Amino acid sequence: MGRLKLFLPLLIVLILLPLFYVGLSIDPTAMPSALVGNPVPEYSLPLVANEQHSASHKDLTGQVSLLNVWATWCFACKAEHPYLNSLSEEGINIVGVNYKDDRKAAQKWLRELHDPYLYSLYDQDGKLGLELGVTGAPETYLVDKQGIVRYRHIGVVNERVWQDTLEPLYSQYNQVGQ
Amino acid sequence: MVPELGHFALIIALGLSAVLFVLPLWGAYTANTTLMYSGRSLATGQFIMVSIALACLGYAFLHDDFSVSYIAGHSNSLMPVYYKISAIWGGHEGSLLLWMFMLSGWTFAIAMLSRSLPLDMQARVLAVMGFVATGFALFILLTSNPFDRILPMAPLEGSDLNPLLQDPGLIFHPPLLYMGYVGFSTVFAFAIAALLTGKLDTAWARWSRPWATTAWAFLTLGLALGSWWAYYELGWGGWWFWDPVENAAFMPWLVGTALIHSLAVTEKRGLFKSWTILLAIFAFSLSLLGTFLVRSGVLNSIHAFANDPDRGLFVLGFLGVVVGGSLLLFALRAPVVKSRPGFNLFSREALLLANNILLMISMLTVLFGTLFPLIADAMKLGKYSVGAPYFNLTFTPFITMVCLLMGIAPFSRWKRSSGDSIRRNIKAPIIISLSAAALVPLLLGKYTTIAVAVSFVGVWVLSTTWTDLLVKSSHKAGFSKGLKQHSLSYWGMIIAHTGIAFTVLGVGYTTQYSDEQKVRMSIGQPVVVAEREFTLESLDKVRGPNYIADEARVVMRKNGRVIREFKPQKRRYLASGQIMTEVAIAPGFLRDIYIAVGEAENISPNTRPMRIHYNAFVRWIWLGALLMAVGGMLAVIDKRYRKRVRTADEKSPANATAISGAQ
Repeated sequence: MGRLKLFLPLLIVLILLPLFYVGLSIDPTAMPSALVGNPVPEYSLPLVANEQHSASHKDLTGQVSLLNVWATWCFACKAEHPYLNSLSEEGINIVGVNYKDDRKAAQKWLRELHDPYLYSLYDQDGKLGLELGVTGAPETYLVDKQGIVRYRHIGVVNERVWQDTLEPLYSQYNQVGQ
Repeated sequence: MVPELGHFALIIALGLSAVLFVLPLWGAYTANTTLMYSGRSLATGQFIMVSIALACLGYAFLHDDFSVSYIAGHSNSLMPVYYKISAIWGGHEGSLLLWMFMLSGWTFAIAMLSRSLPLDMQARVLAVMGFVATGFALFILLTSNPFDRILPMAPLEGSDLNPLLQDPGLIFHPPLLYMGYVGFSTVFAFAIAALLTGKLDTAWARWSRPWATTAWAFLTLGLALGSWWAYYELGWGGWWFWDPVENAAFMPWLVGTALIHSLAVTEKRGLFKSWTILLAIFAFSLSLLGTFLVRSGVLNSIHAFANDPDRGLFVLGFLGVVVGGSLLLFALRAPVVKSRPGFNLFSREALLLANNILLMISMLTVLFGTLFPLIADAMKLGKYSVGAPYFNLTFTPFITMVCLLMGIAPFSRWKRSSGDSIRRNIKAPIIISLSAAALVPLLLGKYTTIAVAVSFVGVWVLSTTWTDLLVKSSHKAGFSKGLKQHSLSYWGMIIAHTGIAFTVLGVGYTTQYSDEQKVRMSIGQPVVVAEREFTLESLDKVRGPNYIADEARVVMRKNGRVIREFKPQKRRYLASGQIMTEVAIAPGFLRDIYIAVGEAENISPNTRPMRIHYNAFVRWIWLGALLMAVGGMLAVIDKRYRKRVRTADEKSPANATAISGAQ
């Protein structure tokens, strides 16, 4: 019995190791969202470019698009921005959600860094962000032609994220209903 | 050319490590003296080769060789020379090479300093070190080679070292931390060698003690420096975040603390042998676990290196072999003690064991909180993150108990001590601690339960420690004579325990008496924080070697008198465009004033959001850690370890006397 007790630490480690192994293949930043499979929350918000114009959730239907949450105060958004530019040049639809930001700063940002968005919603008080369940900028939602959220990515979208996850989904939902 | 030389040296080091693992061990089994002796020269050769590799990488950094991919990613020609040097360990590949350098350094130190060990013991210890080195050398060469080139399209300029790491703190934090982390490999090697031979005697514990204590002292310094760096460089005003990687370094420290005390019992009384061995295995295993967590990207952390599943897999495999193998060996070979020699409830053994167990429980609560998100994710239970409230709630009670017991233990004796003598000795400390608990919060201006509890616990540790010194210094020929009779390791204990008291008080008071204000400051308009008046005098643009910055000049006044000027900055690093908050701190023994500039707003060019912190007693946290490390080092240089060495060599029989009985 005394000898058996000494095997206990080994046993615990043998249980932990396979769990670590499984953990290796999981991306800790991947976050399920309650929204996945559900329609985008209803909204009607003014645009960053012009406060006289506004857009609503209905404008998202009819095409697959990326809903990208960004802000000028967010460092990572700056890192992400050039890649969004190249995606928009490839003809990917990206709709911006300018989250808790200053309109002038946001306009200046888009002027200086180039504007990859079809349009950017001006979510000054973060209401849309709240309903989306944004944990922090940048965050990107893949929305299908019916306006249903299909995927959520937390963090920077870069070439790897696009190639591995977003692009396959984007083309998959693009083919639906064609 | 030079990077290739470094690469080549590293390959030779791998070969030498592998031979170091095999030959001395083979020699020990076949009783072949020549093979056993080969360990020393192999260890020396390995150390030289790894040093050459590290020097080559340093040379390439200094000469801005951006055709080396690692250097292109972590340096820039504009960077000052000292950051080019520290950039060697500013990323995954180079920091592993530093790790390898430390490991071969410790191996070399064992080869040089353990000549008094029985030859077969030394051979086995070096072989275990060789095994660990083989694993790490393979890891570097197969998955993380810092010498890889980007050819033929070498970039003309490097993309700069992460600005967070361009700081004096980073020059020293990783080397000290790794000295501690890797240092536990020595005790691990001693433990495995002892299990292999089955000779778990008190001599084994005596050899291990200085190594364990040295590693522990380095780890203490490394942790303190990391915490201090986070405090002033991250600009959040916090000094500990229970971040997974901080926890990964803190857990070996907790186990190491238990280990150095358990080794004392094993050496003095021949008890708890299996427990000590287990702690030695755990301390190093947790260091390896930390490596796995940081390098594989399985957990979210500010420290996480670039995620790469291949690296994670390699470290996991190595972790499995090392930890699984050593625990299997432990289960098969550890001595099972049937009847323990007697010791009673108040004996030093019992108290040390109790504290050991409490430290292990504290470690397990941290381990559980750190791994839970990973385990829950792997078992598909959902996504969780475990934050500071969990750690504060579960960790604090156990560590409080550790502190309370810590006060009593020095008064106790080995085998059996009477409750009476302990009771007599703790009377004064109880009175002092109770008065401190009642009065200090009053003096500091705010009465809270936590402040009272912290005052009691901190002062309890302090007063019991110094009462013990007073009691033990009583001497026929007077007190000063009595003071001189103590051994260095006794002084080490007094100083290290005093350090614990400072850290406990610092941690507790800073949570209770600090103030943080987010203010929007306009030029010329004063704001008041913690009874001090702060005025923004000007906002300027300044240029550094590789950044430009907005610099705010803030003047602090108290009662109308100018006390100090602050120049916090918001920096933009040119190569990466990354923005950094450079805080301005007025340090003080009792409080820090800490100012950070916020993001520019488009309201007015003369207005800026700022954070002004009044951080009470925050320096005590690191002062305490420094005292702990000094205490540890004093214990290490205690003559008795070397005296025994010399008597073992029979060089100076005159020293056989006067082996201090303290500790």
